[in-house]
Amino acid sequence: MKALAARRHHRAAPVVLLLLALLVTGGVYAVLAPSPAQAETASTADIETGKKLFQANCATCHGPNAEGTAEAPSLVGVGAAAVDFQVSTGRMPMQMNGPQAMAKPPQMDEEQTAALAAYVASLGAGPAIPTDEQVDPALGDPAHGMALFRTNCSMCHNAVGAGGALSEGKWAPPLTDVSPRNIYQAMLTGPQSMPVFNDANITPEDKRDIIAFLDEQRDGSAGGISLGSLGPVSEGLWAWVVGLGLLIAGAVWIGAKSS
Amino acid sequence: MSTTTTDTKRPAAAAPKTAAGKAADYLDQRTSVGVAVKEFARKIFPDHWSFMLGEFALYSFVVLLISGVFLALFFQPSMALVYYEGENPASMHGELMSIAFASTLDLSFEVRGGLLMRQIHHWAALVFMASIVTHMMRVFFTGAFRKPRELNWLVGMLLMILGLLAGFSGYSLPDDVLSGNGLRITDGVVKSIPIIGSYMSYFIFGGEFPGEHIIARLFTVHILLVPALILALIGLHLFLMVLHKHTQFPGGGRTDKNVVGYPLFPVYAAKMGGNFFLTFGVLALMGATMSINNVWNYGPYDPSPVGAGAQPDWYMLFLEGSLRLMPGQTEYVIAGYTLSLNVLIPAVIIPGLLFTFLFVYPFVEAKVTGDTREHHVLDRPRNVPVRTGLGVAFLTAFIILAVAGSNDLVATHFQMSLNAITWALRILFFVGPVIAFWITKRICLGLQRKDRELVLHGHESGRIVRFANGEYIEVHTPLDDQERWLRVNYDAYKPLEIAPATDARGVKRKGYKADKRWQRLSKFFFEDRVEPVTPSELAAAHSHGEHDSLGSVHEQHDALPAGASSTEQER
Ligand code: HEC
Ligand code: HEC
Ligand code: HEM
Repeated sequence: MKALAARRHHRAAPVVLLLLALLVTGGVYAVLAPSPAQAETASTADIETGKKLFQANCATCHGPNAEGTAEAPSLVGVGAAAVDFQVSTGRMPMQMNGPQAMAKPPQMDEEQTAALAAYVASLGAGPAIPTDEQVDPALGDPAHGMALFRTNCSMCHNAVGAGGALSEGKWAPPLTDVSPRNIYQAMLTGPQSMPVFNDANITPEDKRDIIAFLDEQRDGSAGGISLGSLGPVSEGLWAWVVGLGLLIAGAVWIGAKSS
Repeated sequence: MSTTTTDTKRPAAAAPKTAAGKAADYLDQRTSVGVAVKEFARKIFPDHWSFMLGEFALYSFVVLLISGVFLALFFQPSMALVYYEGENPASMHGELMSIAFASTLDLSFEVRGGLLMRQIHHWAALVFMASIVTHMMRVFFTGAFRKPRELNWLVGMLLMILGLLAGFSGYSLPDDVLSGNGLRITDGVVKSIPIIGSYMSYFIFGGEFPGEHIIARLFTVHILLVPALILALIGLHLFLMVLHKHTQFPGGGRTDKNVVGYPLFPVYAAKMGGNFFLTFGVLALMGATMSINNVWNYGPYDPSPVGAGAQPDWYMLFLEGSLRLMPGQTEYVIAGYTLSLNVLIPAVIIPGLLFTFLFVYPFVEAKVTGDTREHHVLDRPRNVPVRTGLGVAFLTAFIILAVAGSNDLVATHFQMSLNAITWALRILFFVGPVIAFWITKRICLGLQRKDRELVLHGHESGRIVRFANGEYIEVHTPLDDQERWLRVNYDAYKPLEIAPATDARGVKRKGYKADKRWQRLSKFFFEDRVEPVTPSELAAAHSHGEHDSLGSVHEQHDALPAGASSTEQER
């Protein structure tokens, strides 16, 4: 029963944190977050705002009409989902030239993001932003999600999504505090080195199952402190530091007592 | 009954009054165990915290036995498939899995205290191996493996290898993705052995990997074969330890002929009891608060997925690292047969070399010193620079391999490129031990010179004295007897002298070449050395000039009494 209470407690935590983050960065609008469905039925006004924002922030790399340049790919047909993912996780506008565009605190608020998404979506048909229902972890089956995650994602993201290394300084980030919407979009659009998992590959229901599985991981481990869920290496390190450390400290202490 | 006892030879006054006393008397009359107890209780043990490391291994093993028996009551070593019925964890409900995995989940979520026991068992396994390794380091760096203890070093080596085997077989039991990955690698390694490899693999797995038998077989190995062997060897190990009596660190009054320390009863026994509870407590605390091997995170074994961060337990990491570092191009097909040097070298030859070094080292050292005396006083690591250097070089290689085994985590946690790390470690594996050896040897020699300096001239006191003629000197306070003893009583071996290549009549001597080789090795060991201060040097240092009239004490470093509160015993 205690575990159940703890679970409820935990489930709320990321949402609260997310809301707080949005509050800080996006101001009051964050609270009244526009439902993603709005993006599909974007008004021409939105598209206009989006275009202006795009020209100011993105055109240097992606070209004035998002047709792409030598530096960055064309965004025609990448869809609203790709823009929402890239901008709301702070990856775009890209800043540093590294092996991989870094996620950072988002620079656009919810409304600006939606406008940008609407603009890019208007350039060519692409995957849309998922609805709240599509990404609701409570509606998914974590057991099926785990099986899918194990075969499709764990080789890059670790068995429970704690993250892992790829070649040449690239890495698959930990999924511990990515929002359900972003998880869905990542699968749908395959950012950078990540493959695209389209709806034929992993159906929308399957995607929700994966979200449910990842959500379950946030409840913590039944066994105690999770030690980062990194597996045997971190366990070995702790065995030396805590285990052997305490034993030797104890031995020195007992030795000092006797003589 | 007590009448019968009093009626025998002993006087009535000696008859025990308490219940415990009566019981002891009962036993003693039938077994004469009292003699052995008396003998054993008076046994003297020298004292140092590092002498406890082996004890920690012993107590962790006891914890492993107790928690392991608990696990064995519930674990079912079968690879038959079932759908998991349990509700917890939700991510496993309704999954198809082996009975072994299902019973591990059952142990973790249904059996009362099961998860605690699993975690205690696994933490105990990690700490067991960690204490064995640190215990070995203590023995190696202090030269405790020298005559007459070479055999016990071999017993210890076997214990360490059996520990690896125990850990590996246990790790493979739950049949989760990680344990299956480990078995998959084992299968690959076995198959890489030329000619017999594939037959051996079929033999071990009872057919093509993974087959249906391996878990049941490993179960027998894990709970019967290996623990029984370990238990027997621990018995032998401790028997030899009591027979030889424990070594002691150098110090005043401690010689190869005596043992200075505390009697087993009561002082040492109390300490041992304390350490026993300490080990139990620490392991229970870890098992209760820190999660380990959450198999439900990895899911039931299936040969296709390999998660990022899939690694073996730490004591096997060096093997994993060795495999990760080896370039993959070294696989050759010769006349239709594949020779997988890319697996054979890192997984068989490298560990083979590492273990061989440890197995033969005591014998090699005995040979290059030409020393056949018994040693009961330990070496200070600085006094045997090449041994200490080799030990540090060995550890460096081991650690580099372990880091290579965790290269993906190093990459993500220190934001480095995986490829760059792998290349750096490939080079370091060859260069690192050499550098480590050289630096360590230099440090040891430097410390020895510092010791000489101290013995000859004493501590700097910071007191400056001006003489009538205007000369300034700093007063050095001479070392006290214990300090001096520690610094002058060691062997500085010289390289071996060998008989000439030809005998008196000019005939070539047999075995000269081998002797020559040993001599070369001996030179490597003992060419650079710092001789201990001799009594005459000390006397000379103290009588040169008039300065030593400032209160230095002339004294030969001969036998000193042992420390005040401890006891001395003949060997
Ligand atoms: C400094 C240059 C730069 C700026 C500024 C920039 N981007 Fe990008 N963007 C890139 C690069 C480079 C990539 C390709 C990353 C990759 O796949 O490795 C990219 C990729 C993307 C993608 C993913 C395309 C796909 O195929 O899924 C989207 C969407 C995107 N950018 C949107 C934006 C938006 C919206 C902005 C403005 C807010 C922006 N970018 C600003 C450089 C930039
Ligand atoms: C080939 C390796 C690979 C596979 C397989 C893969 N990913 Fe990724 N994933 C990545 C990389 C690399 C990134 C980082 C992309 C970036 O920063 O733009 C990423 C990013 C993500 C993110 C965004 C994380 C963040 O911090 O915003 C999510 C969510 C995600 N992946 C989920 C998944 C899921 C779910 C699957 C399985 C269906 C999966 N990934 C499969 C490599 C992979
Ligand atoms: C000799 C030292 C031993 C070592 C190093 C060792 C190590 C291990 C390890 C690492 C595991 C995996 C644990 C997990 O995370 O599930 C394990 C499992 C197991 N061990 Fe041991 N063990 C030892 C002795 C024993 C003994 C003596 C017994 C029983 C008499 C035993 C019974 C078991 C059982 C039944 C399992 C499977 C439990 C499970 O999967 O949940 N072990 N052991």
